[in-house]
Amino acid sequence: MSRQLPADYETYELRKIKIGIRMTILYALVYAGFIFLAVSQPDWMGLPFLFGQNLAITYGLGLILIAIFFALVYNYLLSRLVPKDLEQKTAHNKNTSKEKGN
Amino acid sequence: MAIVVFIIFVILILAISFRSGKRSKGAGGYFVANSSINWGVNGIAFAGSYLSVASFLGICGLIAFFGYDGFLYSIGFLAGWIIALFVIAEPMKRRGTFTFSDALNESFKRPGIQLAAGLSILVVSLFYIVPQMVGAGVLMEPLLGIPHAWGVIIVGAVVILIVTSGGMTSTTYVQFFNGGLLLTFAAVLTVAVLARGLQTDAHPVPVNISGLENYDYQQVAVEWDGETPRVDLLGVSVQDRYAVINPNTGQEDRVFFLLSRLVDFGATDDGDYIVRIKGHPVQFQDSDFQAGMLNFESLDGRDYLRIQDWWQLLPDGDGGYLLEETQSRVISASRNTVVNGIPEEIFSHMRLVGGIAQLPQEFGQSTGSLGPWKILSVLSDEETVLNRPGSASFQTESGEQVTIHYQQAIEGSIFMRPGLMFPLEPRPGESQTATLLNRLNFISLLATLFLGTAALPHILIRYYTVPDVDAARKSTIVAIAGIGLFYVLTMYLGVGAIANGALNPESNNMSAPLLARSFGEVLFAIISGIAFTTVLATMSGLIMAASGAVAHDLMTNIIKRDFSEKTKVLTGRIVSVVVGVLGIILGIMFKEMNVSFLVGWAFAVAASANLPSLLVVLFWKKATANGIIASILTGIVSSVGLILLSPDMWARYGLNPANAPMPLNQPGIISIPLSFLVLVAVSLLGQKKRAEAQPAS
Repeated sequence: MSRQLPADYETYELRKIKIGIRMTILYALVYAGFIFLAVSQPDWMGLPFLFGQNLAITYGLGLILIAIFFALVYNYLLSRLVPKDLEQKTAHNKNTSKEKGN
Repeated sequence: MAIVVFIIFVILILAISFRSGKRSKGAGGYFVANSSINWGVNGIAFAGSYLSVASFLGICGLIAFFGYDGFLYSIGFLAGWIIALFVIAEPMKRRGTFTFSDALNESFKRPGIQLAAGLSILVVSLFYIVPQMVGAGVLMEPLLGIPHAWGVIIVGAVVILIVTSGGMTSTTYVQFFNGGLLLTFAAVLTVAVLARGLQTDAHPVPVNISGLENYDYQQVAVEWDGETPRVDLLGVSVQDRYAVINPNTGQEDRVFFLLSRLVDFGATDDGDYIVRIKGHPVQFQDSDFQAGMLNFESLDGRDYLRIQDWWQLLPDGDGGYLLEETQSRVISASRNTVVNGIPEEIFSHMRLVGGIAQLPQEFGQSTGSLGPWKILSVLSDEETVLNRPGSASFQTESGEQVTIHYQQAIEGSIFMRPGLMFPLEPRPGESQTATLLNRLNFISLLATLFLGTAALPHILIRYYTVPDVDAARKSTIVAIAGIGLFYVLTMYLGVGAIANGALNPESNNMSAPLLARSFGEVLFAIISGIAFTTVLATMSGLIMAASGAVAHDLMTNIIKRDFSEKTKVLTGRIVSVVVGVLGIILGIMFKEMNVSFLVGWAFAVAASANLPSLLVVLFWKKATANGIIASILTGIVSSVGLILLSPDMWARYGLNPANAPMPLNQPGIISIPLSFLVLVAVSLLGQKKRAEAQPAS
């Protein structure tokens, strides 16, 4: 089952994983910040924050929009990561996985 | 109208599933649609599968009834996709072919892992199926006028048809269809809410479905000496009194009185009678008097109807008091139901509640059209006052089960921030411990939603329907964008429902369809139809996950034989039918619970059972097979066990929730770390043993 992949492919995978984990931690921090604020300073959540909107709504809608933004950034970072010669190897990998599916 | 749209949707869905089902051949076709789905289609299908009735009906209902706290679910449900995209999507696709247990087992090849993972998929799927089924019943009841149980059975039957016809292929296209519809019409409804703006008149559009009209509750002045209220209503006497006691202070939070009084009634042209109950005409006949269902009395030569209804005592703001009408459902010991003082058989219904009591001064009675940003800031303004529904249930000495639905004025600034469902600040006179528990529930819920999404079985199987890792990633991004947009819209649908007075006090799950109905029959019919397809899409994904787990993971490893593809597909189909029928039974049993709340539990089980092993297998080289098996089993047992011991379940057993052995309703904060710990501990112990056995290395 285990496929032998070239060494540079392995490092490519590793770099992808690193980017993924870093961005997850970053988002988790923003998310934890929301929970922490709501629990420790609940009254702040009702204060006007941005253009007449209170902090709770700004932060809450912000968390959703940031997630969408992060997803796009992640895709952009990964698309820049693939070196030209590797694209062929991943294309080859595509074919093998297709065969397995059938 | 609603029935026509409903039938059109069912025909469309069955056409889609049979057409696409023809293309699915063999085990690969049945379980993973030959891994040939385009990433864009898969992304929308992700949305159609993930956005369940819990997101659509449940969250809108929670926002409408609890304000901002309902929106916490939206935030958490979306945030979880970050882990799904950044951490799980690609490795999951690279390592597995059919189910996520393949991915877990890739480097171990131990049947135990496959068994434990298969079992956990089955348990989580079942936990998730319950709220979907409850939602289906809740919806079909008012929509088609059929009992809850029949609604659940119809939905179950259609789902079974979808999954047995074409497996994952038909499921995918049904989910794609549903995802597109959901996004489109949530946007349409939001635009309608914004265009109408906010007004203090709660029923801006004439409504003509009998029994669901909104009504402004009457208030009467009262003389009150602290004992018996004296009030100027015809033939009135006070029959009973009920007070809601604050468990922390021991003081009376709310006081209700049961008034027996006389109401006027008239005759219709065709010889029936008509009486206005809570502002709405109720027709009755001579035979109703004869059957003893109604009582009449003569006073000064005129006939009146005698009814009993509950009123709430409120301060009038000038040092005096007043009584405000409430709505009530009273079930007698002999199971006769009386709604608002009239037997339910005579077509007496709950009225819709909600609405805006006061807008900021600059707007007067109506704001006119508002932008998406402005409408939220007007609602959270200190001067805005909303009518929020509340309820109290109790049993009288004569054995009647009484539920009172009252309305309470609440400032927009309080409604639009956290605290109504999970009170994070101690209220006057409340002890700190009450809020500590709420804080833990709050943290537990948000952590669970964040960690649970990526571990849901019907999400995980969608990674296997695309051809490669790039497609897996891209379809996840499409999913995040679509789902994120939808969750932003839930905010508008939820606040729109309360602002337009479209709340059924007995069922917060109906808020979104009722909001649509305030814009007319057509939108109501479409939204109800979409809610129905939503149940079908999510359910079929869950049933596919469960049947894949049984046919691929459990059967192969328990019977220890390699089965032919045909047998696997046949087993898959049989399991689909069994799980579908099980879902129908559970859906009938859990009728009254809010669907989002139930989904919170499914997330807790998924996050506890699956996530630790998923993460650890991908990123920790020292993980052992025993560690993974132990972690999955610990996760299932601890999360399900804690749920069974929680205050909410205690109430369900008919016991006092305060005596529940587990004080938290949300188990995730305990069971997720526990499952992680077990994994690490068992793995490290195993490593040590292995090192001792092979001293040379």
